[in-house]
Amino acid sequence: MRATPLQRLLSFIFGWGAALLLFFPIAWMVLTSFKSERDATSPGLFFAPSLDSYRDVFARADYLSFALNSVVISVGGTVLALLFAIPAAYAMAFHPTHRTRGTLLWMLSTKMLPPVGVLVPIYLLFRTAGLLDSRSGLVMIYALMNLPIVVWMLFTFYKEVPNEILEAGRMDGAKTAGEVWFLLLPLTLPGVASTGLLSLILCWNEAFWSLNLTSAGAAPLTAFIASFSSPEGLFFAKLSAASTMAVAPILVFGWFSQRQLVQGLTFGAVK
Amino acid sequence: MARIPRDGIIAVVAGAALMLASTGVARADSTITIATVNNGDMVVMQKLSSAFEKQHPDIHLRWVVLEENVLRQRVTTDIATKAGQFDVLTIGNYEVPIWAKQGWLVAMDNLPASYDVDDLLKPVRAGLTYDGKLYGLPFYGESAMTYYRTDLFQKAGIKMPDAPTYDQIRGFADKITDKPNQIYGMCLRGKPGWGENMAYVTSLVNAEGGQWFNMQWKPVIDSPEWHKAISYYDDILKADGPPGATSNGFNENLALFSSGHCGMWIDATVAGGLLYDKKQSTVADKVGFAPMPTGSFVGAPTWLWSWNLAIPASSKQQDAARTFVTWATSKEYIQLVAKENGWVSVPPGTRVSTYASADYQKAAPFAGFVRKAIDVANPDGQTQQPRPYQGAQFVAIPEFQGMGTQVGQTIAGTLTGQTTVDQALKTAQAAADRTMHQAGYPKK
Repeated sequence: MRATPLQRLLSFIFGWGAALLLFFPIAWMVLTSFKSERDATSPGLFFAPSLDSYRDVFARADYLSFALNSVVISVGGTVLALLFAIPAAYAMAFHPTHRTRGTLLWMLSTKMLPPVGVLVPIYLLFRTAGLLDSRSGLVMIYALMNLPIVVWMLFTFYKEVPNEILEAGRMDGAKTAGEVWFLLLPLTLPGVASTGLLSLILCWNEAFWSLNLTSAGAAPLTAFIASFSSPEGLFFAKLSAASTMAVAPILVFGWFSQRQLVQGLTFGAVK
Repeated sequence: MARIPRDGIIAVVAGAALMLASTGVARADSTITIATVNNGDMVVMQKLSSAFEKQHPDIHLRWVVLEENVLRQRVTTDIATKAGQFDVLTIGNYEVPIWAKQGWLVAMDNLPASYDVDDLLKPVRAGLTYDGKLYGLPFYGESAMTYYRTDLFQKAGIKMPDAPTYDQIRGFADKITDKPNQIYGMCLRGKPGWGENMAYVTSLVNAEGGQWFNMQWKPVIDSPEWHKAISYYDDILKADGPPGATSNGFNENLALFSSGHCGMWIDATVAGGLLYDKKQSTVADKVGFAPMPTGSFVGAPTWLWSWNLAIPASSKQQDAARTFVTWATSKEYIQLVAKENGWVSVPPGTRVSTYASADYQKAAPFAGFVRKAIDVANPDGQTQQPRPYQGAQFVAIPEFQGMGTQVGQTIAGTLTGQTTVDQALKTAQAAADRTMHQAGYPKK
């Protein structure tokens, strides 16, 4: 069935409309970052652009050390989550028991509690373990935070793989590790990649734990942004500059990996 | 018996001494973590702190800059769990006595004579004292005053009196409001929050003879005084205020005034320096200053806030922290800021000596107003009826944060037209009653 011109026009309007609507706040933020503090609160589109805010932000804080923390913590958290989730999802997809469904739902239910509810216990655990303001502490928290989503996504991807392929592997003498490494992972690579990408983005943007569990040493870019808001004094231009610098790396990264991301997320439907 | 060579003994002894000495040095070296907010004066402190590190090569500074509410939450968690992540805290005069009572802060006694503790402004110092001891040192202090546009007043043919009353202010606001040209006679805080709209509202209620609690700790929000104050607030903002006043806090009003949209604005004195700064304000040469207006009860507590540096009891580097706090709030530091950034940028509202400086008076024409506003702020004075609590634009009890914000939301509801003043005060009274009852007041 071919789309009529009207349908094509409508899908064009709605598609671009939704995309522009979603992108508008980011575009506005970038625009504001080039304004002066005086112009930042006015809705004008025309102004004399300046790099003053960026200069101020660079002079005030060590951007690179925050960015490095963000990279280490996000990549670390994602890798750790995948290390646990790949075997877990394998077991649940190919060797299910009557409790598998319940376990999966229970894992997801841990995401339903607002994080602030467990702040004090986690803070105490971190204090006792000496993990406050450490990258390894955040890597662990991020891995745990994303584990349910990562397991669920991998589980749905693995469910698409016919058990017969793995059986054939076993006939040829593959052990469990070999089955996962040589058969399952290559078959579901787009899925695993998009899961990893999503987890990376979630880690990068996470602001609750990173603000509460770090102070100076391990603070990532979210803490860097937070430091530019001010109770007394105009700060919108500087805040926008800091935010632009904080989202730029992940935005560029997302741009380059969007094909994998989209492919992976729609993996099940287009088969 | 084998002879031990003398040289060997010397070498061993020397080596041991060296090792001791080196571990001694390593132990004396300390790193302190300072938690602060991103206000102009704190940014200057962070920049100038390299001078401190030069003077004290054995103390290294680490900075954690956070948004005010995040800072509060973060620091409270840390102190309550005794984790000791911070050595110096930036907290308000609302927190200092409350936290001192909890045993969370280190007393700032035994200050060196050169610190000249008697030079601190009396009302500011009193707000940081608990049980006769100082628990925080003031970094900067502020009260509130009235800002107005001299050009608009001239055009309307009116003159701001030296001591305006709220009735006069209402008349002025009506005269200069010019809505088609987006000029609003009066800008006031409308954003709900104990430190936002309720700071101003509490001060206004005090001025009209009202108060939060009677001597039995019973909330008296549904009183005629509150009714008068909130009706005034509601009327003036509806008639002469900017649209969407309920989303305006200090910063939003600052932006409105500095872009020329406000005829008058009553708010914290710290805005004086910002409105006066040509880089931030389009009306820098048209700003006039007047004291806070007075209502039917003259001499009521008005407004006093200070940002202070304090040391949490959980800090493991208390001596180094004390050295830093003493430095950052000293006369010497104020001189340093004056030398590096000019007198107009020195942290205001802490020391008598700052206001005595002729250079400061010349650089900051609003200095006299600020000093006077702080002197009459009267945070531990009386309202029209006796009251059991202290605080000018807040109530110095831990329950006030939650209760103040809740009442602030109901009052914001009158501005949007969701409720009437009567309904709002009734709701606020019920909410405050409940909170106080749950908290176990009246306390013995």
